[in-house]
Amino acid sequence: MAKLIASIYGWVDERLGLEELLKFAKKKTVPVHKHSFWYYWGGISLFFFIVQAFTGVLLLVYYRPGPDAYESVRQITYEIHFGWLIRSAHSWSANLMVASVFIHMFSVYFMKAYRAPREFGWWSGMLLLIITLLFGFSGYLLPMDELAYFATKVGLEIPNALPLIGEPMTNLFRGGLEVGELTVQRFFALHVVVMPALFLPILVFHLWLVQKHGNATIPSEAAKPKSEQKSIPFFPNFLMNDLAMWLIALNVMALCASLFPWDLGEPADPLKPAPTGIHPEWYFMSAFQVLKIMGNIFPGALGEGLGITIFTLGLILWTLIPLYDGKSENGRRARNATYFGLLALGILVVTTIWGYAVL
Amino acid sequence: MNKAISRINGADAGAGDLMSRRTFAQILFTGVGLCYAGAIGYPIYRYLASPIERAKETTAVSEVTLPDAAKLEPGAAMMFKFGTKPALLIHHQDGTWSAMEAVCTHLACTVQYQAEENRIYCACHGGVYDVKTGAAIAGPPPKGLKAFNVKVQDGAVIVSKA
Repeated sequence: MAKLIASIYGWVDERLGLEELLKFAKKKTVPVHKHSFWYYWGGISLFFFIVQAFTGVLLLVYYRPGPDAYESVRQITYEIHFGWLIRSAHSWSANLMVASVFIHMFSVYFMKAYRAPREFGWWSGMLLLIITLLFGFSGYLLPMDELAYFATKVGLEIPNALPLIGEPMTNLFRGGLEVGELTVQRFFALHVVVMPALFLPILVFHLWLVQKHGNATIPSEAAKPKSEQKSIPFFPNFLMNDLAMWLIALNVMALCASLFPWDLGEPADPLKPAPTGIHPEWYFMSAFQVLKIMGNIFPGALGEGLGITIFTLGLILWTLIPLYDGKSENGRRARNATYFGLLALGILVVTTIWGYAVL
Repeated sequence: MNKAISRINGADAGAGDLMSRRTFAQILFTGVGLCYAGAIGYPIYRYLASPIERAKETTAVSEVTLPDAAKLEPGAAMMFKFGTKPALLIHHQDGTWSAMEAVCTHLACTVQYQAEENRIYCACHGGVYDVKTGAAIAGPPPKGLKAFNVKVQDGAVIVSKA
């Protein structure tokens, strides 16, 4: 038996060069230091993405977009065996994916892993983050219950406020002037076809860059002499740790999904008023609250416009940080970048908590 | 044998131990892995199999009542569903009734009643069945259509498994 496996392996190896890959993987090392824990968050994000793809395909088996959307999700949740679990896993894993992507981004930021030669890793990562959020936004509408309906209605007001192109663009996305079954159909196409098609090549590029450049070590560690820098082999050591993290992630997700099954509200009714206390998903809470504050200070379209401008500017600065703080030495610029990061994190956390507090 | 394994693995297993640490760990991990595979696989299987289970419940019917079907003119036929499968109810010129599964025994096409030829015909490969019994008369069908019992009662037709 072992002989047979060895000969099959040899046959495949001759043709695909597995040994070379293995040699490369063994040569690759991952730095070990007191902040090594943060290296796992990219992998955890990837794991939740795989769960999303997997449970997403399962939901696709019964989900029907368009006028039947709510009824099909009701059937999945209440009639199909374990449908509630698959749907709950998809929702929970979506939230956990957004959370781990944020943790991954901030850890990369504060470890200054965006510096040369890893700028493209940072930029592709930012694109993945934005698509992840759009995945969340488009997926949220698909059950077409009350919450989904109003969240989408309110969410689409943001692009709608953009000057000139805002209204026609929003109408295109909405498939009309009001959120309805045509919107569900469009969001469905975006959610299951367009966005995965955009996401996957960027993800492959992102992962290829990680393989090419390896994990960045933190500046304080890089300053030490080479002999004092510790590392472990990527294969099998780091990979095993990674898989252990995936197992933990799976367990956390499974516990959340089965103990707190995702709710399905009343069907969306355009003639009914919005339920009290309606609010966006937690990852849009900060943006929601900033717009609200701006709207209170500067009433009318000015406030909304100002809020969007501030957010967009912040995002652009955030994305361009490798160009400002790209050198490996830690000087004044590096400190400024860190303060900017702390400011951004602070604003996100404070406005999110604020948003929940005033509900 | 065990001694050899434990020596190779560098485990501090004594001569009396039944298995080495490595074997134990392998069995443990395989077991836990199988538990995970089951815990994930079972819900997914049941999820995907839901419509099959429902269809099987529907197939379990043994009797179908067709209200108002007694109004069917002599020489006419109608299609109805018996469980999940299409079925054929024929009111013959002589006033008798027949009902049978409308699924061709050859390759499962749905058959039709042809009044002018007085036969049941399958358009896919030209199979012909007897209108009264459903027996295979011509063409490729290996056996006759599954026939049902028919009872007329208060204007309704009750079809039941033979």
